[in-house]
Amino acid sequence: MPYHEDFLLRAYRSMKTIREFEERCIKEFMGGNVPGFVHASNGQEAIAVAACIDLSNSDIIGSTHRGHGHCIAKGCDVGDMMKEIMGRSSGLCKGKGGSMHIADIDKGMLGANAIVGGGPPLVNGAALAAKTLGTNHVAVSFNGDGSANQGTTMEAMNMAAVLQLPHIFIYENNGYAEGTSANYGLGCDSLTDRNAGFGMPAECVDGNDFFATYEAIKVATQRARDGGGPTSIEAKCVRFDGHFIGDPQLYRGENEVKNARKDQDCLKIFRDRVIKEGWLKAAAMNAIDKEIALEIEKAVEDGLAAPHPDPATDLMSDVYCSY
Amino acid sequence: MSTALTKGTKMTTNSNIAKIGGTTSIKSYREALNDAIREEMRRDPTVIVLGEEVSGGAGCDGQDDAYGGVFGVTKGLMPEFGRERVIDTPISEAAIIGAAAGAANNGLRPIAELMFFDFIGVSFDQIFNQAAKFRYMFGGKSKTPMVIRGTVGAGWRAGAQHSSMLHSIVTHIAGLKVVMPSNAYDAKGLMVQAIRDEDPVIFLEHKVMYNNECEVPDEQYAIPFGEAAFPRQGKDVTIVAISNMVTHAIAAADILAEEGITCDVIDPRTVSPLDDEAILESVEVTGRLVVVDEGNPRCGLASDIAGIVAEKGFYSLKAPIRTVTAPHTPVPFAPALEDAYVPNVDKVLAAVRDVLGA
Ligand SMILES: Cc1ncc(C[n+]2csc(CCOP(=O)(O)OP(=O)(O)O)c2C)c(N)n1
Ligand SMILES: [Mg+2]
Repeated sequence: MPYHEDFLLRAYRSMKTIREFEERCIKEFMGGNVPGFVHASNGQEAIAVAACIDLSNSDIIGSTHRGHGHCIAKGCDVGDMMKEIMGRSSGLCKGKGGSMHIADIDKGMLGANAIVGGGPPLVNGAALAAKTLGTNHVAVSFNGDGSANQGTTMEAMNMAAVLQLPHIFIYENNGYAEGTSANYGLGCDSLTDRNAGFGMPAECVDGNDFFATYEAIKVATQRARDGGGPTSIEAKCVRFDGHFIGDPQLYRGENEVKNARKDQDCLKIFRDRVIKEGWLKAAAMNAIDKEIALEIEKAVEDGLAAPHPDPATDLMSDVYCSY
Repeated sequence: MSTALTKGTKMTTNSNIAKIGGTTSIKSYREALNDAIREEMRRDPTVIVLGEEVSGGAGCDGQDDAYGGVFGVTKGLMPEFGRERVIDTPISEAAIIGAAAGAANNGLRPIAELMFFDFIGVSFDQIFNQAAKFRYMFGGKSKTPMVIRGTVGAGWRAGAQHSSMLHSIVTHIAGLKVVMPSNAYDAKGLMVQAIRDEDPVIFLEHKVMYNNECEVPDEQYAIPFGEAAFPRQGKDVTIVAISNMVTHAIAAADILAEEGITCDVIDPRTVSPLDDEAILESVEVTGRLVVVDEGNPRCGLASDIAGIVAEKGFYSLKAPIRTVTAPHTPVPFAPALEDAYVPNVDKVLAAVRDVLGA
C-alpha cells in the first residue's frame, strides 16, 4: 500500500471536516448567525489538504478570501474558527477579523485575505525569511484563477523565481472569479503555461483527485526544501456553492452544479478510490464522519454561546504593539 | 436607536427639486446612480464603464449581466450598450484605472469601478501619480475626464479590508475631485456632473445607502461641485456631515428641534472642492460647530474642516469645535465592535450638547 493508513485517515478527516464546516457555515449564515461576507470552499477540499498535510506549524501558508478550508487543513481549531466567523471574542482573532481575515499565526496560517492578490507577496516574505534564516521551511500561497491576473501576484511570481524562494504557488482554478469565467479573465489558453514563463516548474493537476494533487505538491515542496526554488501548481476544481454565501449564481449553467456534485466531488472520489484499492474500510471513515458531525455541532453551539467582544476594552486594543 | 445598518431610509424632499421642475419619481440611491449613468451613455457615445463584474457572467454558460456590479448599480447597462461599452475586466485594478486614465486622455469618458474602494490600494499609483497630476505636470495641456466609482464605509460586517472610508486620502491629493453623495437626489445630479467634468473625479458611494430612497427628478440634471446642501436649517449649532453621516446628523437635528435647539445641518456633498464658505457663514450665525465624519480621526476630513473654521472663523466661535469620527483603528469585524466604531445619532447628540454647554 503506497500510503500509510494513518495518513489516509488524516487526509479523509481533514477533507470531511472542511466539507461539514462549510456546509454548516452556509446554514448558519442563512439562519443569521454568521454576519458579513462568507466565501465557502466546499468542493475544493482536496487541494487544501493535499497542500497542507505534510506541513509543520513552521511552514507558512497564505490564504485567500475563501480560506476556511486552508485553515482546517493547516490544523486550526474548528471551534475557535467558528467563534471567529461569528464575531466572538474567544475566536481565533478575537472577533476582529472574521471569515475574510481569519488567521492563526501559531499554526503557520498567515491569514485569509480579502484583497485579491494580497497574499502572494507576503508569502514570498515568509519564504525569504525561511531562506535567509536557513530554516528549511517552505511557504505556500493559495491563489484563485482570478487572482492570477492581479499585478501583485505576477510580481510575486517573478520575484520568487529571481530569488529562488521556497514558495509553492497553488492555483485553485474553480473556473470562476465571482461571476466571470476563468477563461475570460485569462488572455492566454493556459494559466500553467503562463506561469512556466515566470521561470519556474509549472504543473496542472486534477484538483478533484486528492492523490494526483498530493503527489505534485509533494515534489514541489521537496524541491523548495532542497533549495530548488518556487513551483506553480494549478489544480482544476469545482466551487460547489456561490462566490459568496447567498450568491444566486445566475451566471452558471443550468445543471452545472448538480452534475459537478455528482461526478466531481473530491470527497466521493477519495472514498471510492481508497475502498476500491482496499486501503481503507468504509466503516473507519463512517466512524470519522460521526466524530466530525459531533465536533461541528459543538463548534456551533459553543460559538453561539460565546461572548461578544466588549467595545469598552476591545475596540481600541491591538492597533499597535506600543503607542 | 439608529444603527449603522439603517436601510431604506426615506430622506425628506430636497428643496432643490423645485428649481429643476418636471416630473419626479421615488428612486433609490442605486437607481438614481443607474439612471444618471444610463442617460449620460445615451447622450454621449464616449462614455464607457469598466471594472470587475460591472456586467458579470462574461464567458459563462448562464445569464449575462448576472451582477450589474456587485451592488447592482450598473445593472442593465451592458444589455443596452453592449460589452464594447460596458467592459468586464480581469481582477487587475492598476490596469483598470490606468486604462481609464489613458482612455480619458484620448477621447473617452470612462467610468472605472473599483467595486470596494479599499481596492484603491492595488491601483493607487495610477490614480495619484498619474491621473491626478497629468494636467499640472503637462502645463495645463491635458484633460483626464474620468470617474472612479467605489463603495465605502462600515456597517456591512465586511471586515477591515472592505469597510474603509479613505476619502481623506484622495482629498489630500491635488488634481482629484472627491464626491460623496448622501441621498439619491444628490447621487444622480453629482454623477451627471462627474461624468461631464473634465477632471478625474473620485465618486464614493456609501454601501449602507444603496436602498435609501427619495424624490428624484426624472430628467437629467447636474449638481455643480463645491456647493453644499442644507438638509436642516437652524441657528444654535452648525453640524457638518458627509455621506451616510448626514443621515445621523439630520436625525440628531430633528431630535434636538423638539427640545427647541435648532441645528444648521450642512452636507458639503463634495469634499474636494469643499464649500467652506457655506460652513463659515453658518458658523458666523451659530458660533458652534460639530463635524461628523466616518473616517479615521487623524489627518481626516473632520480635522480638516475644523482647521479651516479655526483659522478663518475663529472670532465667530463661542465654544471649542467638536468632531465626531470613527476611532483610530481599522474597522473591526464583530458586530458588537463595528456598531461601536461607526459614529451614530447618540454620539452626534452628545457632541452638540457638549458645544452648547448643555
Ligand atoms: C483587489 C481586489 N479586487 C477585487 C476583489 C473582489 N473579489 C473578491 S473575490 C474575487 C474573485 C476571485 O476569484 P478567484 O481568484 O478565482 O478566487 P475564487 O473566488 O474563485 O476562490 C473578486 C473579484 C477583491 N476582494 N480584492
Ligand atoms: Mg476562481
